[in-house]
Parts: sequence; structure tokens; C-alpha cells
Amino acid sequence: MFKLRKEKMVEIKKINDVTWKIEKFGDMKVPVIIFASKKLLEKIKQDDTIKQSMNMASLPGVLKNIVVCADAHQGYGACIGGVSAFDINKGVISPGEIGYDINCSVRLLKTNLKLEDIEKKGKKEIIHSLFRTIPSGVGKGSKLKLSKQELNDVLKEGAQWAVKKGYGINQDYLHTEEQGCIKGADSSAVSERAKSRGKSQLGSLGAGNHFLEIQVVDEIFDEKIAKIFGLEKGQITIMIHCGSRGLGHQVASDYIKEMENKYGWPKQDRELVNAPIKSELGKKYLSAMAAAANFAFANKQLITHWVRQDLKHYFPNLKIDVVYDICHNIAKFEKHIIDGKEKQVLIMRKGATRSFGPGHPEVPSDYRKVGQPVLIPGNMGTASYVLIGTKKAEEVSFSSTAHGAGRLMSRTRARKTISGEKIKQELEKKGIDIETGSWRGLAEEAPQVYKDIEEVVRVSHEAGIGNLVVRLKPIGVVKG
Amino acid sequence: MRKYKFLEHTADVKFQAFGKTLEKAFENASYALINIMCKEKIKPLIKKQIKIKGKDLENLLYNFLEEFIFLLDSKDFLLGKIKNLKINKKNGDYELNVEALGDNAKNYKTELDVKAITYNEMFVKKQKDKFICQVVVDV
Repeated sequence: MFKLRKEKMVEIKKINDVTWKIEKFGDMKVPVIIFASKKLLEKIKQDDTIKQSMNMASLPGVLKNIVVCADAHQGYGACIGGVSAFDINKGVISPGEIGYDINCSVRLLKTNLKLEDIEKKGKKEIIHSLFRTIPSGVGKGSKLKLSKQELNDVLKEGAQWAVKKGYGINQDYLHTEEQGCIKGADSSAVSERAKSRGKSQLGSLGAGNHFLEIQVVDEIFDEKIAKIFGLEKGQITIMIHCGSRGLGHQVASDYIKEMENKYGWPKQDRELVNAPIKSELGKKYLSAMAAAANFAFANKQLITHWVRQDLKHYFPNLKIDVVYDICHNIAKFEKHIIDGKEKQVLIMRKGATRSFGPGHPEVPSDYRKVGQPVLIPGNMGTASYVLIGTKKAEEVSFSSTAHGAGRLMSRTRARKTISGEKIKQELEKKGIDIETGSWRGLAEEAPQVYKDIEEVVRVSHEAGIGNLVVRLKPIGVVKG
Repeated sequence: MRKYKFLEHTADVKFQAFGKTLEKAFENASYALINIMCKEKIKPLIKKQIKIKGKDLENLLYNFLEEFIFLLDSKDFLLGKIKNLKINKKNGDYELNVEALGDNAKNYKTELDVKAITYNEMFVKKQKDKFICQVVVDV
């Protein structure tokens, strides 16, 4: 038994070493399944994650069960690392179950470089050059001046817009979730307020936990799949983590308010405000969310282009390809088995990664026989991982797994106890160079504020919902 | 009386702002918000007249604080000083009028991006002789 803060007792039943269950009771319409080791579960129990997952389980039209991933922590409304499925006719859509940073996402690039190549040309200089080239940090805007019409095109076409304009190649978006463009996006569903926040931010990293990292493939767990993804030991990769910037944040805020005006809010939590999926407002939010997601896809496509341009100065024979680009905060219509029958449902992933197994039609054709790459960034001191989606994930976790290490320590405490300068020195000792616009931001994102990424991916692998393929070790980080 | 204090929150930033009056507590909440983004003293060089509406006090506070995120992202405006903040109740709705003084954000070092104001754990209440606003922002 486990006592929620200020509330009733909850029983968390052990299914196996990495799976736990809370049976439905009270307002809950479905149970909650948690994928975690005992150690990670103890951490999950320390904040409001469990309570928030139970609130998610009480919304109208929710199906089968709520999934809580190994890296889960408290969010607003829904927990981060929470996945839910809704009946399209009876269910609701909630911006709080997707997150403010719509399509906060990760893209992995592979290069034809080795660590020695980077070191020969001067690693510090290369990282500094990327830091200067890619706008990062608060209020640091885009190098582009977009007209109103161009911004509307970005919202409609996503990464495909950027490629059409010469910022990249077709293969880039073909290796992106939804091919870099979620259909049904409607720029007229995005407020002028949101557009004016985002207009000057396209092609920028932002701040907080967003980053661009140079990595080296450090360990291979599955030779066959790594080869299909084009990854081999010692190879240099580049990871980009960012989202839809102010535009997406404003879309979420706008619709939270609009849904609240129209439908009120659930008694459990004002942040779980929602609208029926079939309602006008529900549909409008979905098309605005798709537009914001497309903005995020275009954002990473532009950054990819500038990374290529910048590194070409150092390596004339450079080749950079997109391994994959995956969403962390998104709602999707997908087919899943519910009560033994395949059914089209609305899946909401908030701080969780899609994990489609082999043969799934949504997986790019060159990867389809093995499954979809799952990208899990760690913290800047440890490692990031590439996993592979599985059939088992389709059965037990709505094709979802963890999305990162998950925060452990608050920013307030991090700032009080950790010095940004010291972190930089410590990381340099480990061979990781950092460029940042903010010491404070660096302290708040220090390695020790995150949960153990090794433990998170181990749980995913052991539960069979995302299996290990390669480990990527950082050698240089650009932070906002 | 302290203007505001920051509290522990795993992923986001949580603060409480205080005031002898509701207006003062709102004013201090806007200073707490700006403090998350920038530690420097911001010069009151540009003036913005702001009018905000809200159905209840929490909604009013949300909309009021969100305005400063909006102004930063879209107009590079960083708030330095609040003047003549007034809150009135009209036909059941709240209305807030304020003069916001600040400067171009490009002249300062801004550190943390506040993505959004949230309703998470938000309250506005009177406790004994003071008003308290509690806010969690998404960063």
C-alpha cells in the first residue's frame, strides 16, 4: 500500500520486476500500468505522478489502461511519461495530456566522421562554431524573416516545407515521424498571438532542457539493427532536442482557456480540461496541435541544414543523414487492439516515445522489417540511446516507451547546490565540451538532476517495449 | 513582507507572491515571473498599457502573467516595473488595468525560457492580513 500525498491509500500491485498495476477504484475508469524497476518506482512515488495518472484514468472515453513510463515524473494535469488511449466517439482530447511544448522531439543525425576527425580539426572550435550558428537561449530568434503566408505554409507542411525551400533533402523527412508533416494541420486554428510568438523563433533551439549534442557511437547492443540504421562503433552522431517554441506553448494555453470556457474543467485538476474529440472545439485543437507539431518538425529541419552547412567548412566530404526524428509530446490517431479487436483510437503521449514494432506501415520502408528507431536522450554527462520498437509494445504499452532520463531534482535546488562553471569543468574532464549562454541553465540541467538513464532503458528493454540497439556518448554539447 | 519566494518542484518552477492587497500580490507575481527569466535589473524605458480580463482570480492571474511571456516572445519586451495596477469586478468578471514599464530584452541576459503559465497548484487567496498567489510555470 502506498499513501498519496494528503490523500487516500493506493495499492500498487507487482506484476513482474518491471511492471506494476493500480486497479481501478473511485473515479478511475481504467487501471494504471507502470513500467518501472523497484528503484524507479520509489522515485515515481515521491511526487504527484501516481495521483496524476489516476486522474488521467478518470477522463471520459479512456480505454484499456493508462501507461506510465519508467522515466515518469510529475507534470501539470497529466504526468510526464504518461500515455493514454481514447475512444474516438466517446472520448476527449486534453491539451494537458500532450504538454505545452507540442512536439517537443528528438532528431538523430549520423555522419561519415570519426572522433579523430573532430579532434584533428579542434573539437572545442567546432562546438563553438555550432553554438554561434544555431540560435539558442531565451529570446534568441531565428535567422529567417518569414512572411505571414510563409509561416502558414510552415504550419501546414512542416519539415517538407523546409526541404522544398532548399533546407535539406527528401530523405530527411522520410526518416521523420509522420514524414515531418502531420496531416490535417490548419493554420487558421492557430491564434495570431501564437503566430506572433513563433514567427521570429523558427530555426532556434530555445532554452531549458533543449540541446544539440555531438556524440560518438560507444556501444552496440544489436549489430544487425544498428547496421540497418547505418550506425557503427566509433561513428560521430548529432542529436537535436527541441520543440515548437512559443508558438506551440501559446496554442496549448489558448485551447486550455477555450475548452475551459466551453466545458468547464474536471474536478480532479483544472489542467486536465478537455473537449470531446468529435466536438468542433476538439477538432479545432487537433488541427492547431498538428500545425504546432509541423512548426517543430520544420524547426529541426532548419537546424539540421545549418549543422550541415557549418560542419562542411571543416569537412568538405562530410555526409550527414537523418537516422530518425521522433515526437515526445503529441496526440495521434492510431490502430490498437482493445478488448481483442483492432480499433482506431486517439493516443496521447506526453513525454513518451512511439515504439512501433517490425512490419508496422508507419515505419519508414528501409527500417520496416526491424521496427521503428526509438531515440532516448540522457543527460549531458552520461549517454543517450537508440532503441527499437517492438510488437510487445503494441500489445502492452500502446506502442510507447520512455523518452529520457526524467528529472529528479527541482531547478530551485539545482541552482542552490550546483555551480554551472563547476559542471563545465567536470564534464571537460570526461571529454565533453559545453557551450552555453547560461551558467544557471547549465546548473539546472546538470547530470545529477536527472534519473539514471541506464536504469530507464534497462526497464524498457526488460519489459520488451523498446529494445537496446546502441549507446551514444556525448563529446560536445550546445545548450540554450 | 517578502515580495515572493520560490518553492520546490521537480520539473517546473513554483512560486508564491505576497501582498497586503490583491493588487500588490499580482504585481509581485509578475516580478517573480520575470526573475525566473532574467536576474538583471530592467530599466523602465518602454511603457505598455495593459488590460486583462478573467472569469475568476486564477484565470485573471494566468492571463496577466501570460501577457509578459507573450510580450517577451513577440515584442522583445522585458518587464521592469508595474505601475497603477487595478483590479475591478464587472458583471461577475474581473478586469485588470496596468501600466507595465520595461526595456528591450536584447539589452539583457535572459536565462530561462518560461514556456507557459499553468493552473497546476495555482491559487489566489487571502490568509489573515495578506494575499497569496501561487503559480507553477512550465519551463
